[in-house]
Amino acid sequence: MPVVMSFVTGLMFAIGLGISGMTRPLKVVDFLDVGGSWDPSLAMVMIGAIAVYAISYRLIVRRSSPVFGGLFQTPAATSVDARLLGGAAVFGTGWGLSGYCPGPALTALGGAGTAALWFVPSMAAGMLLCRWWFPSLAERAAGDG
Amino acid sequence: MIGVSASLLLWANGRIAGISGIVGGLFNGRGEIAWRIWFLAGMFVGGFLIRLFSPQALAMELTRSPAALVGSGVLVGVGTRLGNGCTSGHGICGISRLSVRSLVATVTFMVVAAVTVFVVRTVFGGSL
Repeated sequence: MPVVMSFVTGLMFAIGLGISGMTRPLKVVDFLDVGGSWDPSLAMVMIGAIAVYAISYRLIVRRSSPVFGGLFQTPAATSVDARLLGGAAVFGTGWGLSGYCPGPALTALGGAGTAALWFVPSMAAGMLLCRWWFPSLAERAAGDG
Repeated sequence: MIGVSASLLLWANGRIAGISGIVGGLFNGRGEIAWRIWFLAGMFVGGFLIRLFSPQALAMELTRSPAALVGSGVLVGVGTRLGNGCTSGHGICGISRLSVRSLVATVTFMVVAAVTVFVVRTVFGGSL
């Protein structure tokens, strides 16, 4: 059952991204183009998702454990450090270049998008590269997401 | 739908729906691989269904060379592992949990992405 829920939530997540327009890089880039042809509609998508999760999160973590057992694996880190800021800046540069962040790119790959065929393997290589450069990453507890 | 999906994953399996973290965890060489694979399989099937019923929702309307896409992908891969999260993990789940780290990360990557888009559109005429 837990794997079925993983599959179903992954499916829902991808369709949610598709419906909201996150899987169209042009729309994402227009959302980021604050000084130019700004399209604020994706801000509503983020705010909507945050509103839902902010409420459900509080209700869910009152339980002693997840429905299928185990522990709630929520991030423990609290410090704002150079690694967080540097990583976010590197990610932001990559996101701005193509309009793809990880979720939409994986969804587009499922739809056999040509651009995603270039992007996703490169992203995986970047993750491996990072692990190779910073072996201590593997020692850390669950990341923020 | 994104918020509901993330809520269900936490409720059922106790996991945070951070896509870069789900993918990154595949390369950690530790257990807990199955749920990640199944989540990603769900995403792929979701992408396939979007292509069947609404292919324009996956349209790549930007002009980007393979080299630009590869560069962008590597930066996203390195950046999300270094910074421990992406738009979903920090932007949605983290901000909802009132995590200061996630708020700072989200503001950082959105500002940097906006500057990048500005540079691409003004200096490079929008094509890479």
